[in-house]
Amino acid sequence: MSDQTGSVPSAALEKSGPSAAAIDVRGLTRRFGTFVAVDNLSFSVKQGEIFGFLGANGAGKSTTIRMLCGLLKPTSGTALVGGVDVSRNPEGVKRAIGYMSQRFSLYEALTVDQNIAFFGGIYGLRGERFAARRQFVLEMAGLQGRETTLTRELPGGWRQRLALGCAILHEPKIVFLDEPTGGVDPLSRRRFWDLIGTLSRDGVTVLVTTHYLDEAEHCHRIAIIQAGKLAALGTATELKQVFSARPIVEINASQPVQAMAILDKNANVEKTSLFGTAVHAVLRNASTDPAVLAAALRAEGIEVTSIGAVTPSLEDVFLDVVERVGAA
Amino acid sequence: MRKTLAVASKELRQILRDRRSLLILLFVPAFFLLLYGYALNFDIRNVKLAVQDKDRSTKSRELVSSFVNSGYFSLVGYVDSPSELDRLVDEGRVRAILTIPSGFEHDLSLHQPVTVQVIIDGDNANTASTVSGYARTLINEFSGEQVRLALSAGPASQRSDPSRRVPVISVEPRIWYNPQLRSTLFLVPGLIAYISMITAVVSTALSVVREKERGTMEQVRMAPLSPLPYIIGKTLPYLVISFVSAILVILSAMLLFELPMRGSWLLLCAAIGLFLIGAQAQGLLISTIAETQQVAFQIALLSSLLPTMILSGFIFPITSMPTVVQWITHIVPARYFLVALRAIVLKGADITAFWQDMMALAIFASVALGLASLRLRREWA
Repeated sequence: MSDQTGSVPSAALEKSGPSAAAIDVRGLTRRFGTFVAVDNLSFSVKQGEIFGFLGANGAGKSTTIRMLCGLLKPTSGTALVGGVDVSRNPEGVKRAIGYMSQRFSLYEALTVDQNIAFFGGIYGLRGERFAARRQFVLEMAGLQGRETTLTRELPGGWRQRLALGCAILHEPKIVFLDEPTGGVDPLSRRRFWDLIGTLSRDGVTVLVTTHYLDEAEHCHRIAIIQAGKLAALGTATELKQVFSARPIVEINASQPVQAMAILDKNANVEKTSLFGTAVHAVLRNASTDPAVLAAALRAEGIEVTSIGAVTPSLEDVFLDVVERVGAA
Repeated sequence: MRKTLAVASKELRQILRDRRSLLILLFVPAFFLLLYGYALNFDIRNVKLAVQDKDRSTKSRELVSSFVNSGYFSLVGYVDSPSELDRLVDEGRVRAILTIPSGFEHDLSLHQPVTVQVIIDGDNANTASTVSGYARTLINEFSGEQVRLALSAGPASQRSDPSRRVPVISVEPRIWYNPQLRSTLFLVPGLIAYISMITAVVSTALSVVREKERGTMEQVRMAPLSPLPYIIGKTLPYLVISFVSAILVILSAMLLFELPMRGSWLLLCAAIGLFLIGAQAQGLLISTIAETQQVAFQIALLSSLLPTMILSGFIFPITSMPTVVQWITHIVPARYFLVALRAIVLKGADITAFWQDMMALAIFASVALGLASLRLRREWA
């Protein structure tokens, strides 16, 4: 990124030295009436980090993002975003951040260039700086030569990249992406994550929510929230540690649903879940031989095509965390 | 300021992209005026008249021709039998019957009072009373003429004789601003208010709710942009368009319905501006309540259409409404706009005549804007 001018207003830089966290959340809580949407959330995100925010629908992801963006006042707790207190100075936060939602909120009746001009206008960009940033966005999104195309005529992936471009037009140091890859083809998703990686290497902090757990592997660290509470936090590898003493066995069998029912009754099996046509069984301890399970299935007349330990995926982790919090 | 401009130019580009809506905003109001202007006409002309002339004299023919020459009545024919009269009225072939008694001319020449009968089909009470008014006026005129003739025709000695002088006292009503009492002149200002109100309220409400629906509003709220420049930027283009549209309506009213322009254009523009800002503020307020364009459209239509039509003095005079309803009309901006508009266009009055109405328009606009921005601010952050 070409950055000669002050990209982030001084207010945002005031308190954030090189060691300071880009986002620092302490005891953040938001109630709607008696409903607690976000419950005493604490975490911090380092500068340049890609921070994944996972959770089921209604877990409190969006509410948290809205508070971090200065749109919603926290009921209690503090959140510093780029060193700015979101409840004291929401406008200061808005200057320091970029935001892109799953809806790629662009004006569809306007051309690519007119959308860029509008967002440049409301972020107060002008003159040479605007020209440079416009060029950057067109290049980044691969939209050169399409400046006069109506946004509604762009394919999803292009619209998504244009939306990202408009969100980072003003060179924010922190970017919030709320399910940014919905409804986009796999190739565009890959390209999008490459862009996020580039942003991160340039020192931009990215907080991203997603439903695609394979995508979450791109994140440096992942927070899983459930019912407004932080249920797990760490790198993908760290999160998978919860299975270190509980191996996961993947079973391909002729009747997966019946196989699950049989395995659930087995004393060695903690729980099962369906992954495509395969069954994942979490074992109670590492010493159990998968062959024992295969034998148990065959005894019930189920044909087992393959069985073996697998490295847990984030999906295993997510389901595990959500179940444990749900049971607690 | 720059941000306001950015929002305004974006909005304008969106409007320009949607040519069809722009054309609707600009020209449909003038078209409505055309349609309603011709349809909404309370004047009654060419009332079908049958005459039962039992006198068949010069004087009786004079009376009949005064009816026909007035333009209000057109003669269907002479009839003789009462049964034929009944049939004509029942079949709707005539709406009025003039019966002149025999001995009409004779009695007149002797300065005896005579009575003519006018029968009017009363199936439409409004029309009937208007026709009755026309007939009364024509007959009064005719009888006044007879008195004058009788006096001037008398011998010179009688003319100089004070005892023979009959003082003729006639009421000479003079109707200002609209001497022919054409109802279009009265109704067209109402139509202008009605049409401008609806377009301004609806277009503003829809444009904001559309952004809510599409999620662009949320995106804009994430930017360091306070609600005020956003709202000003969004409404300014619509203000300009509805202003142009209102002027087009007024110009076509002048062209098509001979609406005069007796006052100052500057005052007229000021009145239209105040009225439209108020209407837009109402649209904004609606947009803060409604979540979908459909709901916004319905509220906008309901809150502007009926009050402007019924409670503004557009068609029904406010002074003849029950007190409670009269009180309610005070919150209908069209009420004040109509007073100002009629004063400027029909009367050529200056600001001293209707400054209170201009103030009321300004107050309505400020209160609606205040409420809208309060609600918007709450929604915004």
